[in-house]
Amino acid sequence: MELAFVIEKFVLITAIFLLSLTVAAYSTLAERKIAGYLQDRVGPNRAGWGGMFQPLADGLKMFMKEEIIPTDSNRFLFIAGPSLALLTALLGSAVIPWGPDLVLGERTIPLQVADINVGILYIFGIVSLGVYGLMIGGWASNNKFSLMGAVRAASQSISYEIPMGLSLIALLLVTNTLSLREIVGQQHGGNWNILYQPLGFILFLVCSFAETNRTPFDLPECETELVGGYHTEYSGFKMGAFMFAEYVNMFVASAVMSTLYFGGYNYPGMDWVAGIVGPMIAPLIAMAVLLLKIFAFIFFFMWVRWTIPRFRYDQLMNLGWKVLIPLAIANIVITGIVITVYDKL
Amino acid sequence: MQPHKLQSLSTALMSISLFYLVAFLSIFFSLLVIFSKNPIHSVLYLIITFFTFTVHYILLNAQFLAIVNFIVYMGAIMVLFLFVLMLLNLDEDSEPMKSNILKMAGLVAGLCLLITLVGSMKSLHMSDPVILKNPDLGLVKNLGKVLFSEFLLPFEISSILLLTAMVGAVLLAKREPKTA
Amino acid sequence: MESLSNRKKVLEQKPMNFWERLYLPAIFQGMAITFKHMFKKKETIFYPEVEREFSENWRGMHSLKRDEQGRERCTACGLCALSCPAEAITMIAAERQKGEEHLYREEKYAAVYEINMLRCIFCGLCEEACPKEAIYLDGPIVPANYLRKDFIYGKDKLVEDPINIESPVAGN
Repeated sequence: MELAFVIEKFVLITAIFLLSLTVAAYSTLAERKIAGYLQDRVGPNRAGWGGMFQPLADGLKMFMKEEIIPTDSNRFLFIAGPSLALLTALLGSAVIPWGPDLVLGERTIPLQVADINVGILYIFGIVSLGVYGLMIGGWASNNKFSLMGAVRAASQSISYEIPMGLSLIALLLVTNTLSLREIVGQQHGGNWNILYQPLGFILFLVCSFAETNRTPFDLPECETELVGGYHTEYSGFKMGAFMFAEYVNMFVASAVMSTLYFGGYNYPGMDWVAGIVGPMIAPLIAMAVLLLKIFAFIFFFMWVRWTIPRFRYDQLMNLGWKVLIPLAIANIVITGIVITVYDKL
Repeated sequence: MQPHKLQSLSTALMSISLFYLVAFLSIFFSLLVIFSKNPIHSVLYLIITFFTFTVHYILLNAQFLAIVNFIVYMGAIMVLFLFVLMLLNLDEDSEPMKSNILKMAGLVAGLCLLITLVGSMKSLHMSDPVILKNPDLGLVKNLGKVLFSEFLLPFEISSILLLTAMVGAVLLAKREPKTA
Repeated sequence: MESLSNRKKVLEQKPMNFWERLYLPAIFQGMAITFKHMFKKKETIFYPEVEREFSENWRGMHSLKRDEQGRERCTACGLCALSCPAEAITMIAAERQKGEEHLYREEKYAAVYEINMLRCIFCGLCEEACPKEAIYLDGPIVPANYLRKDFIYGKDKLVEDPINIESPVAGN
């Protein structure tokens, strides 16, 4: 039993790891393509059919580029920064349930790396760690723009973790559990949490934009003010690691949002479909549905990026502290009252 | 029966050796916090120390405490520490004057601490190992039930304490109204 | 003051109402606009395969012209080099030998004629200065290259192809 368990987890981890990296790589292409289409252009289309091999070309370019480490920088921390950013980004996908149990012969394989019963809090913790890579990298560069970017990243991430956590608390009042597996199980069919927590979802969405440093909240790398922000001094693949971390973060954030609010791998009529295709194929279809939701969210992230301009820094702080936190607290109170009244009836 | 017993023994051995490994790491990194010259390095070692604490909590089956330690200490408080230290620009030439009186005061304080430690070590004796009545106390559900029934009053009072600190911080940060 | 043109618009700054302060309707409006643009006709011209039409007075790469009999018109007088504000043109003159009458129209010709395309500003003054109507900026865009020395164009690249000139002569 032990060996089979280890092999099964190993395969799952490798698959998810590769999936995250592939999605992140193709997100860079998708970003450029979507940017092009939203601006009446076509985007990259030379490398392969429709630019299919553009991510490979970009990756190769990054590997081949000269690596510059500034003389007065802190060498160890300069390298540790991007590594940490990528590491924390990749850790998040461990607790996401990617599909219902897969039945292979006599074994049932859960499509989730670790079902820890504080899954939501784990993701929340990983998100709060994500800022370290940016801070360390920005500080170690020994550059004022990098330092400003690092400081902005830190204060922004701390400010937006609070409404994010508060909007999660309202969700937990509905679900009564912290385990992501159970949360997904409760949303069977079309019974998604977005129906019970629309305001909470909007708050969570805004906060996840801020936590992944995407426009309109990309002040840590604000080009117009800070050259490149925390990655001003970075070049070659270390710069690529920062960029990759952003896209992996986006992927994980999309997966978390689909799981928490949009039913994860559930879709209306899934029992009917499972009855037709049998227990072998049904989990795969469910997984495809989850991926579809994730891609929709990633598209949404990009769509917003190429529509809405960047916030000013004081506007960012005002939005976080004076709008989102009161709204999140109000959301908790309303949810609490509704649940209490509903239980009494 | 025999192989089963062996297996449980090996798991126990593994968890003990894991404990010693993590304990060694936490002591090692906390020493590095003290001895590293660069304050930023100190903070980073402190973060790793907190991470080993998180692992300790997990070994004690206190999941909620572990994850809260992870989020609050590693994810929030240490970020603020790092934030402040980054802006301070602590170079050698900006260090405050180290006068002899200060050094003497430090020596006296250190000796006092040493004496206290030695004294307490002397009166140390092995107590019976504490056995939890409920080993699953650390899980979220049980902890929440205990917090909101048995320990409701201390829990609420501690929240008021935090509120006081918050009000104080806001008061300090608020700009004085200009007296015309 | 009174507006004379009557076109002055006075903008009122009203305080925003609830929906405006919420910003969400404005955001959705903006997103609808960008989404509509996804399905619009793309403006891209796929350059190496498709070329945009040049305007009539477009000034591109230089070409040294030949006359009706396929002889080079340039007489290496140096007026183009003199008029060039960017100092891009140099040349070495040579005397036409016996038996070369079918190659060069004048008795003096340019043995070497070089234009540094990195210096050239495509102003067209050489075209105006030329008394023999030998140089015209009627070519395409000067292509990119890897080395600086490859931007110095000699006669091999500048002089018109003789082949398409031969045909009208043959018609005569």
